Amino acid sequence: MFEMLGITPQALYSQLLVGLINGSFYAVLSLGLAVIFGMLNIINFSHGAQYMMGAFLAWLGLTQLAGWTGIPGLQVSYWAALILAPLIVGFIGVIIERTMLSRLYKLDHLYGLLLTFGLALIIEGLFRYAYGVSGQQYGIPEQLQGAINLGFMYLPKYRAWVIGASLTVCFATWYVIERTKLGSYLRAGTENPRLVQAFGINVPLMITLTYGFGVALAAFAGVLAAPIFTVGPLMGSDLIIVVFAVVVIGGMGSILGSIVTGLGLGLIEGLTKVFYAEGSAVVIFVIMVIVLLIRPAGLFGRER
Amino acid sequence: MKRTLISVLVGATLATASFAASAQPAKKDAPQAAGTVKLSDGVVKIGVLTDLSGLYSDLSGAGAVLAVKMAIDDFRAMEKGKAFPIELVSADHQNKGDVASNKAREWFERDKVDMITDLVTTSTALAVMPVAKEKNRITIVNGAASTPITGKQCTDTNVHYTYDTYALANGTGKAVVKQGGDTWFFLTADYAFGQALEKDTGAVVQANGGKVLGSVRHPFPGTDFSSFLLKAQASGAKVIGLANAGTDTTNAIKQAAEFGITPKQTLAGLLMFITDVHSLGLKATQGMYLTEGFYWDFNDETRAWSKRFFELHKRMPTMVQAGDYSSTMHYLKAVKAAGTDEAQAVMKKMKETPVNDFFAKNGKIREDGRHVHDFYLLQVKKPEESKHPWDYYFVRQVIPANDAVTPVAQSECPLLKK
Repeated sequence: MFEMLGITPQALYSQLLVGLINGSFYAVLSLGLAVIFGMLNIINFSHGAQYMMGAFLAWLGLTQLAGWTGIPGLQVSYWAALILAPLIVGFIGVIIERTMLSRLYKLDHLYGLLLTFGLALIIEGLFRYAYGVSGQQYGIPEQLQGAINLGFMYLPKYRAWVIGASLTVCFATWYVIERTKLGSYLRAGTENPRLVQAFGINVPLMITLTYGFGVALAAFAGVLAAPIFTVGPLMGSDLIIVVFAVVVIGGMGSILGSIVTGLGLGLIEGLTKVFYAEGSAVVIFVIMVIVLLIRPAGLFGRER
Repeated sequence: MKRTLISVLVGATLATASFAASAQPAKKDAPQAAGTVKLSDGVVKIGVLTDLSGLYSDLSGAGAVLAVKMAIDDFRAMEKGKAFPIELVSADHQNKGDVASNKAREWFERDKVDMITDLVTTSTALAVMPVAKEKNRITIVNGAASTPITGKQCTDTNVHYTYDTYALANGTGKAVVKQGGDTWFFLTADYAFGQALEKDTGAVVQANGGKVLGSVRHPFPGTDFSSFLLKAQASGAKVIGLANAGTDTTNAIKQAAEFGITPKQTLAGLLMFITDVHSLGLKATQGMYLTEGFYWDFNDETRAWSKRFFELHKRMPTMVQAGDYSSTMHYLKAVKAAGTDEAQAVMKKMKETPVNDFFAKNGKIREDGRHVHDFYLLQVKKPEESKHPWDYYFVRQVIPANDAVTPVAQSECPLLKK
């Protein structure tokens, strides 16, 4: 069968694995978007910029901190950055939500979209002004250097870690939102905020923290991406359009949908790269069009 | 549901429209006596149409605008305050042909721009050149590289000044084959430039006894190249030719190391700029060959100009930015010599007069518009060999001008066949 397709099984397996790695990036990013849209009804166009900020913070912490503070040798390791960068970017997200987004909830979706799009342009512009577009290089942490021989390919240890870490974060998030009491408060809060508030739950705080968390997920993906991709101001805008397509295919606001479609589309994109590389940039959008025609609410979405 | 659809539609529209073209306010000259130079509307207006925000904005971008401004200032200083009025405008073409041609039309028709320069990406250059031809204005391509610019689609109002894919292929391609890299696989950016570079390099490889085993075309711009790199790895070729540029090249180099493809297979960066090497660092790029039309650390003259540029821009110039300066100066001198800013007369002077400055020695602009000048085959230094900041290359060979340009017999440009 493989001969018919003109590809060896080894090549196919390795391409599928590479697809899965990209898919896990899509999953984490689209999950953040889905959480924000599901709970806040905000289409967060600055998600790509926040992903970029996560990667940049990791790079700044590793290479620039010593120079800024004047303390030689002071640096934030990759592992610390994995926690710190999402916290910092999440906190910035909280400030954005409190000062700007919270004024828009009563208005149409479009206002939130335009605001976050504008924010993304500003953030990217600032980083471009400060560091240029050529990008910065972030090394792979020592513990994860090298590769594992799987027989059909050399899998870099770091890529294996990316799959593991992102799947863990994705399913933990899904579990918290869909299966715990906190998650049920959240879901109830978006369904009928006044009623939930009447039960003594601080809904605005919950919403603020949810936005902060969604943004932190983007930054987490950014730190994961830093050692693989060139850390540059445009790294987010290159990716974000695809991620939006993933969210739309999965069903806007559907947590499980975004995870499953993220991984699935990564695989499909990987296969397209094998058989018709020129089409790999559009395949996701073709799928989006088909899904929207057949199931306008997305694969896992509910009609509202 | 309706809300969802609306938001998706708006999202898609925004994504495609994204960054709107941003024209920068024109810099006004003090009105001066034009002397004996007859200007169509009292001023020579130069438009820098470039990538101010995308992936080529480091190798060109704001540095290109600065270089042109330096040329204008230097020309004025040379004329001791008696220069004709010159104005500079700039805009972002976002590497899109339609944006570029619309802006060019607006500049020519409404703003009376006389010359457009830089044009980084082939699609923008090829889109603007016919507009300029139609309006009888001049284009000077410094950023884009494809051979059709002075080949099939050449115009008599265009100069291709800095470099092209033919020169790159002949420099790097030949050198790598001679080092024993005789089987190639190409990783190609899927647009005019990448395809031209792949075609030109493939021809050079074959002419020198090498073999091309295959190629894969990746979307432009890309982020993850691992799938394509695995294909290149499976091909078993000794050399993987990177027919792309900017962050596409740097990402591919980084990921090739991650998957253990290098150093077993060699990478050949067919178009790398000093900004790419600066970004990747010497550790990741050491030993790579590349071809450029200019290197800042070549001689005292190049160093002197580049240090002036560095003072203002905080980065050393790429060949594109150096070419922007040199070509603008050549253009202004030609306007003065011709005594007019009329395109045909200025083009005649530009082609008659040899270019002699820090950028080129005895450079000559051919009938097809190609600026024939020396190129440099460079090799990236090891980290311990680099003595000071931006000391990145050994100049392995000065490629004589005539070896770096499509031979007249092979040219598809009708202007050469007259």
